[in-house]
Order: sequence, then structure tokens, then C-alpha cells
Amino acid sequence: MKTELTLNGEKVEIEAPGDMPLLWALRDRLGMTGTKYGCGIAQCGACTVHVDGEPTPACITPIASVSGSEVTTIEGVAGREADAIRKAWQAIDVPQCGYCQSGQIMAAIALLEGNRSPGDDEIDEAMNGNLCRCATYIRIRRAIKDAAASLG
Amino acid sequence: MTIEIETGPLSWRPDEGGPPAGPPLQRVTRRQMLTGMGATTAFVFGVSLLGHSPRARADRTAAGLENVRGGDATPSLFISIEKDGTVKLTCHRSEMGQQVWTSLAQILADELEADWDRVEIVQAIGHPRYGSQNTDGSRSVRRNFTRLRHAGAGMRQMLEAAAAGRWGVEAGSCRARGHRVVHAETGRSLGYGELAAEAARQPVPGEDAIRLKERRDWRYIGRPVASLTVPRIVKGEGTFGIDVRLPDMVHAVVARPPVVFGRLKSVDDTAALERPGVLRTVRLDSPEAPAGFKPLGGVAVVAEDTWSAMKGRDALEIEWEPGPNGDYDSEAFRRKLVETARKPGAVRRSRGDVGAALESGSKRISADYYVPHLSQSPMEPPAATARWDGDEVEVWACVQAPQVARTAIAETCGIEPDAVTVHVTWLGGAFGRKSKPDFAVEAALIAREVGRPVKLTWSREDALRHGYYHSVSAQHLEGALDEDGRCTAFLHRTVFPPIPSTFEAGVDEPSWGELRLGATDNPFVVPNLQLESGPAPAKVRIGWLRSVANVHHAFAIQSFAAELAAAAGRDPKDYLLELIGPPRLVDPREEGAQYDNYGDPMDEYPIDTGRLAHVVKMAAEMAGWGRKTGQRRGLGIAAHRSFLSYVATVVEVEVDSEGRLRIPGVWSAIDAGTVVNTRHVESQMEGGALYGLSNALYGEITAKNGAIEQSNFPSWRIMRMGESPRRFEVKIMESNAPPAGVGEPPTPPAAPALANAIAAATGKRIRRLPIFGPGKDRLDPGEESS
Repeated sequence: MKTELTLNGEKVEIEAPGDMPLLWALRDRLGMTGTKYGCGIAQCGACTVHVDGEPTPACITPIASVSGSEVTTIEGVAGREADAIRKAWQAIDVPQCGYCQSGQIMAAIALLEGNRSPGDDEIDEAMNGNLCRCATYIRIRRAIKDAAASLG
Repeated sequence: MTIEIETGPLSWRPDEGGPPAGPPLQRVTRRQMLTGMGATTAFVFGVSLLGHSPRARADRTAAGLENVRGGDATPSLFISIEKDGTVKLTCHRSEMGQQVWTSLAQILADELEADWDRVEIVQAIGHPRYGSQNTDGSRSVRRNFTRLRHAGAGMRQMLEAAAAGRWGVEAGSCRARGHRVVHAETGRSLGYGELAAEAARQPVPGEDAIRLKERRDWRYIGRPVASLTVPRIVKGEGTFGIDVRLPDMVHAVVARPPVVFGRLKSVDDTAALERPGVLRTVRLDSPEAPAGFKPLGGVAVVAEDTWSAMKGRDALEIEWEPGPNGDYDSEAFRRKLVETARKPGAVRRSRGDVGAALESGSKRISADYYVPHLSQSPMEPPAATARWDGDEVEVWACVQAPQVARTAIAETCGIEPDAVTVHVTWLGGAFGRKSKPDFAVEAALIAREVGRPVKLTWSREDALRHGYYHSVSAQHLEGALDEDGRCTAFLHRTVFPPIPSTFEAGVDEPSWGELRLGATDNPFVVPNLQLESGPAPAKVRIGWLRSVANVHHAFAIQSFAAELAAAAGRDPKDYLLELIGPPRLVDPREEGAQYDNYGDPMDEYPIDTGRLAHVVKMAAEMAGWGRKTGQRRGLGIAAHRSFLSYVATVVEVEVDSEGRLRIPGVWSAIDAGTVVNTRHVESQMEGGALYGLSNALYGEITAKNGAIEQSNFPSWRIMRMGESPRRFEVKIMESNAPPAGVGEPPTPPAAPALANAIAAATGKRIRRLPIFGPGKDRLDPGEESS
């Protein structure tokens, strides 16, 4: 079946079974591999995308359920918060292997979009669904604060 | 194989925008991407990276730098200079988050006097010409430091010689600096790009003629140079093993026997083949022991996309024969291991008379420690893509050891290694799992059957159930104290299924190579000291995990050090320093051990107790050791030398009245000799310690009827953001000593420092890991003062 949605600001039509998770439609049908597979059951956050602005695990989101929605991925996410997060991430080299970082960054941007000065507890809560086996958590926390500070 | 593909397809400028561009990664238009079928669109791999523009490629047959320390340092092996001045540096090690692209480039670019912003990285394919490419053992920097400095300096001198020739002046009067060669007397200068072609024709200088830069003149080495990968990572770019896409590619997943050496009894794939998108199934043979890097066998489901392949696999009706390991029950095995560890074992190192000293001490204590199987579980599960052309195969995979992958594929497929090209992608974490290329072999086998390029993806469940697990271990320690509380006897007995069992069926005694990881190299000054080992059969595939046997050896020895301190009524930090003793060099070979010092010379990398004591004092000072921590709060310390580096770590814990634990802070000091990138060493210190803490808190792989019980993140738990410490301080000791390991040494002290902190906070002594687990978040009251 065909699903129409807005992907990174552009209208697209995806030909895929309606129950195919958005993750695999993005990766295998559209060749957009920035969104990562980590667990397939929404336990690790590597596949986090924004659906109508909300951080969402793409691995359990059937493509049919986002028909007509606005989907944003790491490849297309933009705006003041996204710029600030990317800059802060690079300033202290948050990522190690980088595999989970698309999801980390998407979660962090969503956090800052809703809260311009998150404290430690709020950061922990917002980011708790995003696993990092390299354990870059110390730098993620610091970079989110740096990004928030840069937004004033 | 032609030179055009020799360095693989993954090349890009670190600072360029947009997706991987140009020939190596050709991107189709947006319209194609969004309307086409996945298999025929998007990224195209395998096209020549090295085009036809002139570049500096030295004559490799010229006598010169083939045999410098660490291997062949012929400049053209690692460096090519484009006409426009772009310097392409080949990284022959795998990038897995340790920032090896950046650190090896720093070494080359520093000696080459290249501008950092004109450097590009080319990821090497797996090939013997590079010497060892095994990205493990924390040795990429230390084994290549001298070699890459020579390669960089050699190319710099060839550029100088080229300029001298152009100007008709003495080579000695020309100096390369900042991407130009300058003739000081006349003020003339030429850029590297302008000299590239002539430099390539210069003879490679001999080792004696090489002028390495003085340490004080280093501009990149020793600095916090920014990562070459991060600018791409933040945009979702970069190609991991799971991201590879080829034209006409199909996708596969494999149903493997749940028990190692189990076999397929029967399969009905009717329902699977009826699923939309499923193309076919492929049967894979189960291996005979030893396991090696052979695929486990089973049934592959091939489909148009990954998800359809996974759904197809779910629809397979399979019966398995469990085979010889079907009796493996990890809980029963644990009891056996502990029993073995309590009996006298084979003596592997001995000083004094530990038996007599244990008898004659005024106080004697003993303890049993247990560390379960662990899974490396990098966030990117194993993945590989294979494409056959006649009898030749190309494989793209997230492998730590591409030469090993090449050999394993050649052997399994019955072809020559030269018919196999292994391209190394980025590795989405590795931690030892991706040193074992069984998944790359699987991809090659399936693709040969299918006759189309195949990407094989492992699900998280596959990765957890079909691992090469860190060995389960039981250790028994005994110690004696004299009347003044000094330790007079130290007995360490270690029992675990050894890694060599994976490569030679039936091996059941720990190897010298594993004992040297924290056991034979025990630095304690105790007058009577003995190491023993005991037998344990392997029932799963045993393999390396970050820091390997140091994980369990440091846990036992450093926990027991604190237990001895408690028995003596002494401060654990002071007592640890007393056990380490005065500054001296320890040589386990003098006490009966076979000891190879991680393959590096003892005179250059001695076991130096002074350096170990130094990091202990530093970490203690950083943490404010001795301060009042408040009720149910405590500090624990542990120190350990591994991979030739010294690390001490202090962990602070707070345990509430219901047994819930928090880690407010961690302080850690490392002496790794000369450090190439201070920022990334700090990152390894943070990540390595938290890796150790995560495994100690939650990590456990168990088996029942031979099958692994964990399957995904609810049952295999790793540390989350909310559980990570709010405070983490790192100190890198200033040192001119030769570079030592960094990727692994931060891990071993973390678990014992945590256990010692819990003991300080609560009186509970943790001797069995993990401390918590899936659904378990509180210390058992029963563990109080055990």
C-alpha cells in the first residue's frame, strides 16, 4: 500500500505494507539510514524520530499510523535547538562510536524544544529511553546544558 | 584486485557538508530515492575511490622503511597527496568509537607537517600489507606510534627532496612546515600539492636518515584535537555495517540453533515463503567443534527488506537438535565452578610459601567471587553485506579484524584469500564482539547461494543469544595477616572456561595469555604469594570482551584488598598502597609464571609499582578521600594495571534505607604514558568505567538447556542515563613514557571500586556479580555484612 506523509518538510509517498515499522520503511525503502535499529521493541531509543514534533520510536511505529503526519529524522532536523545541540555535541565530542547518537540527538532536541533550561533530573528523565553502550552519558548531559545555555 | 579498490570506499573530508559524496558513495536523486524500491536506489558502494589524478605514491621497492618498529612504514602505504594539496591518510585500524581515525591521523599529520583541515581519512580494506589490523588489545596507538611517525617524517623528507630538486639546492636547506616546503635562504616556497608528483618519485629515506620531530615541536600529538567522525555523526551520516546498500541488494536474517553445535532437525518454510516480501530460504550447515569463527548454521530467510525477512523468520517452523551442549545450565555450572575454585589447583606463579604463611598468620580470611558470562552488546548488532562476482567476493562489514574476516571467508567458501575483499565500515561499538567475523562469513555464504548482493542483519535477540561471551568465572582468595595487620600471605585461585576452547575443542585450563590479564601480574609486595588455576569446560563460545580476563581478576583482587584492609582495621586506600608496596619493578617470570607483558618488552613497559601507587594517590586526592560522606554513603577505591597502563578509580555510592543505590560521583586517574589525544582519552575513561559499572550492576548472561535466556534489553540490562553518575572527573598523568593502552584499562577497576564503595556505605560485601539485574533494583537485606 501507499502511505503519504511529510518527511523532513517534503511530501513523500512510500510503497510498503502498512504494518511495516517506520524504521524499516525509512532505512530499506527510502535509503535513509541515519535512523538506527537497536532493539526493535522501543527499549533503546536508537530509532528516535519526531512525529508531529514528538520524539517517537520508529521501530514500533507502523508506517500506516503516520499517514498524513510530519516525520522528521536526523537527516532533516533543523532549527535553533537542532543547531545548538549539534554544535554542543561537536564542541566536546559527545559521541564515541556514534551509532546511538541519531536517537540521542533527536531526543535532546525534543527536550530543548519543550524546556529551554532543563535540570539534571529533567535531562535524565527525557534521555532515559536512549541507551548508549559506549556510555557517553556524562557528555550528553553536559552538552545538553551547554546547548541550553547557548540558546539563552 | 586492482589498486583502485585497495583502500576501500569509505573516504570523505571531515569538514565537508552533505552526505558521503563523489565516486565512493554515489547518491541518487531525491526523486529516485523516494519512489524507487530500496534495493536499487540510494547509496552505491564499491566504486573506485582512487581516481586518476596524480598523487604522491612513493616507489615501494626502494629500500627504506619497510622494517621499522611496528612494521612497514613506507609512506605510500598510509599517505597520498593530491594535486590540490589534499592529504589522504589511510587508517588501517577499525573506527569503533575509540577515535582511531583521529589519533592515527594526528600522528601521521604531525610528522608530515600537514595542515589538519586538509586531511582526509581513507579506511583501509583488510590486507596483509598493513601488518596487523586487529583492532583489539588497546594497541592501535602503541603499536603504530613509532611506525606512523616514521611514515609521516619519511613523506615530509621526500617533499623536501622534491623541492630541493626543483630549485637545484641542497635538500638539507629546505624545510617542510605547515603544508609547504620553504627554502629559507631565498624565501621560495612550494605547497605540498605542487610537489606531490615529484615527491612520489623520490627514494624512501632509510630509517637512519629519518628526522623525527622533537616532542616540543608536536602540534597535534598530545592535544585535544576534535574528532574526525563527530561532524558527520551529528547529521546522521557515516556508514555503519548495518547501513551498507548495494544495487540489487536483498536482505537476510538467520534462524540459528539455540545451542552451540546444535543442528537443524526439520524446517517447514511454507508459511515463511507466503509472507509478503520473502524471496527464499537458505539452509546453512552447522559447524563441528571447535567453533572458531564458523557460522552456527540454521536457516536464512531472504527478503526484499529487513522487516519482511524478520517476519518471515518468525513464520518458520523449526525443530532443533540440541547437540552436546544441550545440558548447559549456568546456575548448576556456577556451583561447580565455585567448588573447583575451593580446591587446590595448578600453581601458575609462586613466591615464598603461601601454605605455611596462611597457617601461621595471626588472622586468616578467605572469599569467593563470581562473575557471570557477559555480552559485549555494542549498540549496532553484527551486520555484513556480501556481493559475489564469479569466484570472488566483496564484503562490507563492521569488523575489528578485517584480515581475520578475509581468511575466515576464504576458508569457509573454499577460495583463496586474494579472492576476498573486506571493506571495513564504521563500527557501531564493538567491545570485542566484532573481532569475531562469523557474521561476515554468514553473509558471504548466503550471498553465494542467492546470487545477488545480500545484507545480513542480526537482530538484538540474535546478538544476545549467539554471542562469544565473556567467560564465567569463580575465584577463591585467601589471605593471612600478622599481628600488626600486615598481609603475609595472598592466595589467588582462578577458574574459568578459557578463550582457547573456542579454537581448540576440549581446552579447559586458563591459558597463560589470559592469566597475564590481571592474575600473573599481581603487583602486591606480600612475601608469600601464589596464583593457581583450575579446569572448567566451555559450553558456549567464549570470547574477548573489553579488557577480557582483567574484568574478573581485578574484581577479585581489588575487592579482596579491601577485605584485607577491613580485617586489619585499616583504611582501604592506605592498605592498598601498602599492598602495592615501595616503587619497584615486578617480574612475574622470576616466580614461575609465563608472562609476555601484552606482547611488549618488559624494559620499556615494566610493571612499575611506583606508577600504580601514583594513580592511587591521585584518584584518592581527586575524590577527597577521607572526607565525611554522610550516612549510607561511601567511597571505594581500586587500581589496576592492564594493557600497560595504570588506572585507579574511586566510586562514591549512596544506598537508601530500602537498598536502592545511586552513584553520585566517579574519579579516575590514568597513566598511559604518552597520550595522543587528551580529549578522547578522557572519553575512554568515562565510557570504559561506566561500561565496567554497567556490567557489574546489571550484566549477566545465563543459559538453560544450553540456550541463552536473555534476548533483548528488558532481560539484558545496561546502564541508562538516569543511572549514570552526575559527576565524573578524569586526570591524565603527564608522562614521557612510551604510549600504552587506553580503550580497555579504564574498565577493570570500576567494578571493584563500586563493590568497595557499597561495603563502605552499608557493610554489605558484594562477591557475586551482577549486583542487580532485570527487575532487581535493590540490594538484598541478606547481603548485609555477609
